[in-house]
Amino acid sequence: MSQILQYILTGVTVGSIYALIALGFTIIYNTTDIINLAQGEFVMLGGIIMASLNRSLNLPLPLLFIISVLIVAFIGVGIERFAIRPVKRGGIVTLIIITIGISIVIKAVSAMLWGKDAIPLPSFSSEKPVRILGASMPSQGLWIIGVTVFIMIIMTFFYRYTRTGKAMRACAINKMAASVVGIDVKRMSFISFAISAAIGAAAGALVTPIYHAGYDRGTMIGLKGFCATILGGLGSVPGGVLGGFIIGILESFGCWISSAYKDVFALAVMVLVLYIRPKGILGK
Amino acid sequence: MFIKRQNFLRKYIWHFVLIAFVAILPIIIRGGYSYFVSLLVVAGIYVILVLGLNLLLGYAGQISLGHAAFYGIGAYSSAILTTKYGLSPWLGFFAAIAITCALALFIGIPTLRLRGNYLAMATLGIGIIFTKVMIAWDTFTGGPDGIYGIPGLKLGAIAIDTDIKQYYFVWLIAIFIFILSYNIVNSGVGRALKAVNSNETAAEVLGIDAARYKLIIFILSAAFASIAGSLYTHCRLFISPQIFSFMLSVKIVTMVVIGGMGNVWGGLIGALILTSLPEFLTIISEHLGNINTTELEIAIYGLVLVLVMIFAPEGFSGGLTKIASLRKRKRLFQ
Repeated sequence: MSQILQYILTGVTVGSIYALIALGFTIIYNTTDIINLAQGEFVMLGGIIMASLNRSLNLPLPLLFIISVLIVAFIGVGIERFAIRPVKRGGIVTLIIITIGISIVIKAVSAMLWGKDAIPLPSFSSEKPVRILGASMPSQGLWIIGVTVFIMIIMTFFYRYTRTGKAMRACAINKMAASVVGIDVKRMSFISFAISAAIGAAAGALVTPIYHAGYDRGTMIGLKGFCATILGGLGSVPGGVLGGFIIGILESFGCWISSAYKDVFALAVMVLVLYIRPKGILGK
Repeated sequence: MFIKRQNFLRKYIWHFVLIAFVAILPIIIRGGYSYFVSLLVVAGIYVILVLGLNLLLGYAGQISLGHAAFYGIGAYSSAILTTKYGLSPWLGFFAAIAITCALALFIGIPTLRLRGNYLAMATLGIGIIFTKVMIAWDTFTGGPDGIYGIPGLKLGAIAIDTDIKQYYFVWLIAIFIFILSYNIVNSGVGRALKAVNSNETAAEVLGIDAARYKLIIFILSAAFASIAGSLYTHCRLFISPQIFSFMLSVKIVTMVVIGGMGNVWGGLIGALILTSLPEFLTIISEHLGNINTTELEIAIYGLVLVLVMIFAPEGFSGGLTKIASLRKRKRLFQ
């Protein structure tokens, strides 16, 4: 029994990260119709920047967290400005290749700046694992779940009650109509990249004490976050979150069956969803 | 009769130039440039690969981000059949094509119902699943270490073992496939695919069975990829799963796009440009005396990708077509 609970707990912890990544994908997709295949690199950057800042500076972790998130948000904005906005012609393939190209550059530059070894980061609170009903989880796991819930609440508030949030929802429903009523769609694109990058970075920084930051950690995790997005329904915010938790738990139980094929589960789920019901669970 | 022959020559003049160039090239490059010839062997294999994807992506408009998987299936089939089961390389070659086509049929039917982003993501997922399975199923595929000790190909009594022999063999096949692609594109099938690409619904209204044509071209492009894969296997005599990764799928798509989609010459050009690009980058970075050369090269490669996509998404041959039409317009208005 406690074995099952253990798997569920691990699944929820990992699932929170996937949910955050899915959230990042969805925000950019809703505002710009772009599938940002570089999202995983935002996650990687968040973790690696915080870990390396921690190595060189002696500042409290919460402050480093905020600084890292802001740096990556800034990078996200730069990408939007210099790689996305100038694109005038070319279809879906062009944009997909551009985001892939961006992730290639980010990975290579990170390898140049930080080398290829993983950089550790201490847990935000104690290193002792937490025991819940017979199962144990690293204390960082509580931070992950806690901050994820916090971000979800903030984003819901943002979308429902702030002007900018409502403007972004309008863009998601119909860009042309939104710009007709005076919403600056370009600015929404800019903001959505900033927010997505920030959320991705937060996810990365949160998960680094457990999985350690490395230049190549972003790709697979971003991809699985994307699988979560498709499962939940491309374009649906609650869908992405739901998809994240489902994939997290599925993967956790999948490890039970076979750990060699661990990464295949999320991808297989995505392909099956695309075959059977491409809209996903909560998709439009 | 005479005029017919003249027209034939004029229409295919560039093809003949290409064949002549390919035939003479190794004779021109001699001495210490044998590395060049081995590079051209790789380029030739990529040309076959890219020609296939160009038909699928450039002509029929179906995005496939997992094409390296078919390349890998062809390569691994050849390797496993010749090493584990002792089949002769030629038998393995054709068996690999059959296996790849069967898998393409199986995968293509559900996948080609998707469009746009969804199709891209499904092919992405399938491609990566393939790589992961190749790595994990180590009892059958040799795992991350791959398979080695693969026998080479023999054309009658001649063993295709040196760079020069491999070069001529691979490029012979490449040119054959090039002419084949060119003929497909200029045939009824090619026109049907073009129609499907422009507007699938409209094409169906006109009586074109879009699903059938898409599937045919999907299987054909997989067959080309399998041929390329088997050639790779029997030239390198060693394969490993990392070679057939997502990065390769991206590379192939990039070659199609940079060369110019929907243009058979574009496929050729794209493959040649992107195969030589890393070499140029190596030469440049060696001159700059950099420490982290591989990573810098990769970074520049990615940057070039992004820049070309932003400023020239219609690719090389698209750009040439634009220049050609601009000159025509200039002449008209003078």
